[in-house]
Amino acid sequence: MADSAAGPEIERLIALLAKLPGLGPRSARRAALQLIRKRDVLMVPLAEAMADAADKIKICSNCGNIDARDPCAICASPKREDSLICVVEQVGDLWALERASAYKGRYHVLGGALSALDGVRPEDLNIARLIKRARNGGISEVILALSMTVDGATTAHYITDRLQALGVSVTSIARGVPMGGELDYLDDGTLAAALKSRRPF
Amino acid sequence: MEWTDQGIVIRVRPHGESSAIIELLTPEKGRHAGLVRGGRSKRLRGVLQPGNQVRATWRARLEDHLGYFEIDAADPFPAELLDDRLAISGLNASCTLLSQVAPEREAHPKLFDAFSTLIANMDQPDIWPALMTRFEAGLLAELGFGLDLRRCAATGVEEDLIYVSPKSGRAVSEAAGEPYKDKLFLLPEYMRGGAPNLKEGDVAAAFALTGHFLERWVLWPSDKQLPEARAEMLERLEKAGRL
Repeated sequence: MADSAAGPEIERLIALLAKLPGLGPRSARRAALQLIRKRDVLMVPLAEAMADAADKIKICSNCGNIDARDPCAICASPKREDSLICVVEQVGDLWALERASAYKGRYHVLGGALSALDGVRPEDLNIARLIKRARNGGISEVILALSMTVDGATTAHYITDRLQALGVSVTSIARGVPMGGELDYLDDGTLAAALKSRRPF
Repeated sequence: MEWTDQGIVIRVRPHGESSAIIELLTPEKGRHAGLVRGGRSKRLRGVLQPGNQVRATWRARLEDHLGYFEIDAADPFPAELLDDRLAISGLNASCTLLSQVAPEREAHPKLFDAFSTLIANMDQPDIWPALMTRFEAGLLAELGFGLDLRRCAATGVEEDLIYVSPKSGRAVSEAAGEPYKDKLFLLPEYMRGGAPNLKEGDVAAAFALTGHFLERWVLWPSDKQLPEARAEMLERLEKAGRL
C-alpha cells in the first residue's frame, strides 16, 4: 500500500469531510485543500463555528426543531399563532416551509415517518409529544405536511386517528401541480391528486 | 446476466445518498432485490413506492449478485388511495408479508397475479379484504403449504365442509367436526373457490385461518411472527365494520 501523501491530520480531515452528504473522497480532498489554502479566512472560522454549534445546538423539547435554545425560536416567538401546529417529518421540511414565509403558526417535527416494512413504530417518532401538545388545549388545527408516500400516508392516518378523539381539526397540505409545472411532465399520481383536489376558480 | 420483467414494488430501502435497494415481486423471478442508482432522486422517488407496478431490467455480472435495476414506471398504485386508511393498511400488510416470506428468485406467476389483482381492487373495500384472505391462502400454496379444502379429512365427503383442522389444514365436514367444533377453524364458503358470497364474519374467519397457518407453517419455523402491519390492518378493518 502506498504511503499517504498527506499527514494523518489531513487524512483524518479528508475522511471526516467525505462523510458529509454530497462529498465523496475526491471532493472531500478538494474541500480539505481549499480549507488549508484559506486557513485564516475559512478553516479557522469554520472550525470555531462548528465547535460553537456543537456546543450550543439543542433539540427543542417542545417541537423537535433544532436551535441554540430550548424552547426554539419558533416555539418562543410571541408573534406565532398558538392555535396552529404544522406537522413535518424532518427539520429540513420545517426550514423549507419557513423559506416560503407562508405560515405563521407553530411546528412539530416527527423525526421521520412510520414504516411497516422498516419497523419504524409510533414510539420511535416524536408523536407522543404532539398528542400531549394537542391535549393541553388551545390547538384548533393540526396541519399535516407529510410526504406523499405510502409511509407519509400511514403516518398521517395514524396521527389523525390519535387526534380525532381530542376534537382537534386535522388538515393536510394540498397535493398537485407545482409552480412552473407543465402537465405533460407530471407523473400520473400527481395529476390524479391535482384533479381530485380541484376547486372553484 | 440480464433479464427484463414486470414487477410490483414491495420494499424500498435507502442506500447511500442517492440510491435505493428495492424488492420487487415479479412473475418469473419471484421476490427479487436489486440496487437502483438514483433511486432516491426526484424522478424515481415517486415510482419506487410500494404497490407501484414497474417495468424492470436487472443486470449483474454473476447470477447470485445483488445486481442493478433499471426501472420504468408502468402502473402506479392510485395516488387517491393514499387518503384511504383501509387501503394503505392493506397495502402495508401485504407488502410486509411478501417481503418476509415470498420466495426469492423463483418463478411464482400465480402469486404475482394474485397480488396484482389485490392491488387493483384496493379501491373497493367491499372486496379487497376477502381477496386478501385468498391471496394469503394462495401464498401458503405457493410456499408448499396449501390448505386442502376439497374434501373432508375424516370422511372424504365433498359437501358441508364448514371447518378446517388447525393441525392438518384440511377441511372437515359439519357432521365430522361437530364434536370438536370449538377447536376447529371455521371455513367460509368463498375460500373454497367460486364467486365470493360473503356472510357476516366470513372475512374475519378467513383471516384467522390463513393467519394461523402462515404463523405455524411459514413464520414460526424461521423464528418470525406475523407482521404488525397485518394486526393493524385487521384492527382498522374491524373498526370500519369490514370484517
